[in-house]
Amino acid sequence: MGEKVLMKGNEAIAEAAILAGCRHFFGYPITPQNEIPEYMSRRMPEVGGVFLQAESEVAGSNMVYGAACAGARVMTTSSSPGISLMQEAISYMAGAELPCVLVNIVRGGPGLGGIQGSQADYFQATKGGGHGDYRLIVLAPASVQELMDLTITAFDLADMYRIPVMILGDAILGQMMEPVIPGRRGKADLPPKTWATVGAKMRPKNVITSLSLDPAKLEQHNFDLGKKYNKIADEQVRYKTYMTDDAETLLVAYGTCARISQAAVDMARERGLRVGLFRPVSLWPFPYEALQLAAEESLRVLTVEMSLGQMVEDVRLAILGSKPVRFYGRTGGMTPTPREVLEEIERIVEEGI
Amino acid sequence: MKKVFGRPEALTDVPTHYCPGCTHGIIHRLIAEVIDELGVCEKTIGISPVGCAVLAYDYFNCDFVEASHGRAPAVATGIKRTLPDSVVFCYQGDGDLASIGAAEIVHAATRGEKITVIFVNNAIYGMTGGQMAPTTLPGQRTTTSPRGRDVESAGHPIRVAELLSSLSGVAYISRVSATSPANVTKAKRAVRKAFETQIEGKGFSLVEFLSTCPINWGMSPLEAMKWIDDKMSLYYPLGDYTRVPEVG
Repeated sequence: MGEKVLMKGNEAIAEAAILAGCRHFFGYPITPQNEIPEYMSRRMPEVGGVFLQAESEVAGSNMVYGAACAGARVMTTSSSPGISLMQEAISYMAGAELPCVLVNIVRGGPGLGGIQGSQADYFQATKGGGHGDYRLIVLAPASVQELMDLTITAFDLADMYRIPVMILGDAILGQMMEPVIPGRRGKADLPPKTWATVGAKMRPKNVITSLSLDPAKLEQHNFDLGKKYNKIADEQVRYKTYMTDDAETLLVAYGTCARISQAAVDMARERGLRVGLFRPVSLWPFPYEALQLAAEESLRVLTVEMSLGQMVEDVRLAILGSKPVRFYGRTGGMTPTPREVLEEIERIVEEGI
Repeated sequence: MKKVFGRPEALTDVPTHYCPGCTHGIIHRLIAEVIDELGVCEKTIGISPVGCAVLAYDYFNCDFVEASHGRAPAVATGIKRTLPDSVVFCYQGDGDLASIGAAEIVHAATRGEKITVIFVNNAIYGMTGGQMAPTTLPGQRTTTSPRGRDVESAGHPIRVAELLSSLSGVAYISRVSATSPANVTKAKRAVRKAFETQIEGKGFSLVEFLSTCPINWGMSPLEAMKWIDDKMSLYYPLGDYTRVPEVG
């Protein structure tokens, strides 16, 4: 185990990428994630890697596409409006089955929005922000340590399944400082990148494209992608629970809201209320079955998000109407306090929902 | 019997989908001949555009990547920065390069990316059926400029070679055509020089081809060749465009 160091969330993501063997970073400045490109511009030359500030998120994400084609471990990072601009390349990378890591340090929207933390990009991240039938693996860290660990994991998952993986953080996680034990690249058994376009030496040429003019072939490609997504859904569900065993009120929250909700659980327990927290760590694949099981003994479910209510739709799909699912959210860059969440818990307990 | 002419090894043995009288086929062949002559097929990665040449990867024998519309120079940047010893070329049309991809080509050029861009300018959107391009000539009729391009409302055509030649990262730019055997010979020299510029690590290189689109221009192949010589090359003069000298 390494020594603990104090790191900012954004820097932890950047260093995690280096630790994971990422040597190619393309990005464009946008608040609140600028520490990542700044860190990379310093760090990449030290490790013999490539840092390039692109002319736009559109170009940066297409540079990622190119580097991924050439077999690199590659990453780009941005925040909400920039991620919207990347949707073209993300759809192409999903279609061409290219591994890469994307980081969204979410800020309030829509439009130019604001620069404070938000969770309003859940739909975009998990339901396919670009065109076509595709999925990203979406991981939602809730601490600086998890930003580090899940970023390293993201590179392995990307290579394992040939899929873009997104880390969905927010301005609060990106900006806060916490002690971190630097992670280490695991010994994942990863497939060789025989498909990469690195020059057709001693083999037939490789072509990387998402174009398929024959609809029957394109349908088959989509079926194959679907099989892959089903396999990921079987193998890569991640979640954490906190005091759920006897919970009458089950909170469901991810990322920053999970931290806030956990504090609210502690406050509620002090008042004798049986409250627990279910925290999805993989937002896609969403832990439907695990949540259904966790909610089995509870009377009610309360989803807490920094949005108008996005993940709550998946929570309802998991609960399938078997008990009431309530929503509490702040949005536009506003953050719920543990006390606000506690008050909402008390309200719904009192109402007997 | 001595074989004096054949298919370059860098081209596949399949018929292309290009229309009769279109010079995409000649341009493909020139690139393939240069790849063969330089002996770099095994380390060449091509990038095809969105447009008529989207399927270029079917016709070349090297590794190929299909880029989204206009982004070939960004994709090429990602590849070349990962594989600095490779030879990377983009094949782009006028809509792809000069309209939707204007930012990507300008920035790849000004960064001096060590890539080669083959820019095929036929003054029209071919694949989508003959709409106005950023390089459509003033007064030229297209399906979206049915009364002829009115520069007052539609703006002026972009001279890409001249525009990019003002950027310091550019090492070689030339504008050529394939309208006669003499022009084809000159064009091949330019393509070869562009690839050599990349291989020697000098910086960004681009060859702009004035190319035909007889179908969408509503001309016979011969008329189309003549239109390039008589009309297009007046607005887009052929020749080398040396970059401006470094200042300071």
